[in-house]
Amino acid sequence: MKDAVQRGAKPSQGNRRSQPAINETPSRQGASAGLEQSSLEAYFSHHRQTAKSSLIRLFSTPLSSLMTWLVIAVALALPMGLLVLLTNVTGLTADLEGSSRISLYMKLDVEDQAAFQLSQEIKKRADVDSVHFINRVEALEEFKSISGWGDVLAYLDNNPLPSVIVVQPDSSVTNAGQMETLAKSLGETPGVESVQVDLQWVKRLNALFEVLGRSTLAIALLLGVAVILIIGNTIRLAIENRRDEILVVKLVGGTDPYVRRPFLYTGFWYGVVGAMLAWLLVNGALWWLSGPVNQMASLYYSRFQLSGLSLEATGLLLVVGAFLGCAGAWMAVKRHLDEIEPR
Amino acid sequence: MSNDPMIHFDRVTKRYPGGFEALTEVSFKLGRGEMAFLTGHSGAGKSTLLKLIMLMERPNKGQIFVGGQNLDRFSRRQIPYFRRHVGVVFQNHQLLFDRTVFDNVALPLEIAGVAPREIGRRVRAALDKVGLLKKEKVFPITLSGGEQQRVGIARAVVNKPPVLLADEPTGNLDPELSEEIMKLFQQFNQVGVTVLIASHDLALISHMRHRVIRLDHGQLQIG
Repeated sequence: MKDAVQRGAKPSQGNRRSQPAINETPSRQGASAGLEQSSLEAYFSHHRQTAKSSLIRLFSTPLSSLMTWLVIAVALALPMGLLVLLTNVTGLTADLEGSSRISLYMKLDVEDQAAFQLSQEIKKRADVDSVHFINRVEALEEFKSISGWGDVLAYLDNNPLPSVIVVQPDSSVTNAGQMETLAKSLGETPGVESVQVDLQWVKRLNALFEVLGRSTLAIALLLGVAVILIIGNTIRLAIENRRDEILVVKLVGGTDPYVRRPFLYTGFWYGVVGAMLAWLLVNGALWWLSGPVNQMASLYYSRFQLSGLSLEATGLLLVVGAFLGCAGAWMAVKRHLDEIEPR
Repeated sequence: MSNDPMIHFDRVTKRYPGGFEALTEVSFKLGRGEMAFLTGHSGAGKSTLLKLIMLMERPNKGQIFVGGQNLDRFSRRQIPYFRRHVGVVFQNHQLLFDRTVFDNVALPLEIAGVAPREIGRRVRAALDKVGLLKKEKVFPITLSGGEQQRVGIARAVVNKPPVLLADEPTGNLDPELSEEIMKLFQQFNQVGVTVLIASHDLALISHMRHRVIRLDHGQLQIG
């Protein structure tokens, strides 16, 4: 009997030889315990076990866990779904930018013949696909038929309209910046009075997307806060339910990090599994939309296809979920767990 | 060094918020390897005294030394490491009913970061000492009161603390079981553990032949 007690004294703690004693300063004990290999092993083993047991605990109350997961999933899926749609539509308009045309208005003193020759030269450029030349007479006819001011024009002595070269950029010119560069270079050609790029509506559309992007971000932030609060509240209840256990653990020498760990892992699992469900929701919604979208695309003779969550977006979703879960749990633990002290 | 007392109270006063003075100028020493009973009527300050040793409470005046260390010096963060050196047995044994006897006893070792393979050996050694080796897989709820208390004791001694405290460990038990439990404490004392037991069971205490520390309205009674 006597042997049994003394043999068990931890060999690593030199202070306990024949007579048990409390001699070491606690800080040194803490430090040396952390350096011991067996302690390190035990530390990771506890992390592993806690991660596992907190997940098992969530599955042991499947219905209430599922409800929390679904709430988190919906809150994460909404901004994620908006982001995916926005990415899709932005990709679509990027194609449109390149399909815009550039109109070159010639100076009035440039003869139609010279202007036509210029148009043929422009056509040879690598970044130009085709040109369409409108001479002054054609321009006047077009104006008359479109504007309805034909009668007024009859009073004028001579044709006030210039000839126009309409340039269709090559397919290598895809975005607004490249369009502007091309337009500027064409505008410097001698004989050209002014250049008009048909980009206004694309710019407006982009501005609209900027607004939508910001709104999505704002929604994401708000819902992120909501997720933190939901998880925080759920963890608070879990802490209340396990109050006795927390007290006992603290009484037998559990440190604050040790006591916090299961709750932080619980928050982590709420976030991660919630993010997985959000992924399913977003992909489910995309699948549901893909039929009508393809039909619409085919009506517009477009090969556009809805693209789903990329690998990066999936990773981001999971990381954000895990982070929000841990943050919510940390908040609850800070507020409620550290207050629980044995009395 | 060995002449150092294990527990030393130096004019300790504890007043609770609200003005109730639980302990007044209490001074005593308990030597290394000594066993003593702490008695007194209920409300005399027995539990408060034990809580002060556990650092569950802090004194308003005076100093407490355990193992030669001034408890004043322990910061909040260091308290858990200190508590690992003090085993405690409660009247209501504070067992966790959602885990097995084995897991209850293993808790202090898991917390202290003992390697998993080592835990099994030590838990079985502790359960063997309290005579419950065969019950390691059962849940505490299925055990009798005396058995539950013995699980509590196994948990208190599993990491070989030099000090063992007990707060009314026989409070809910019949005399026969009480004596059994007290004998168990004696056995731990015989291998060098300093034991302090709060109890108002005077009949039991009187035939145990150990030192008695008597509290009356927060003051130490000599004799």
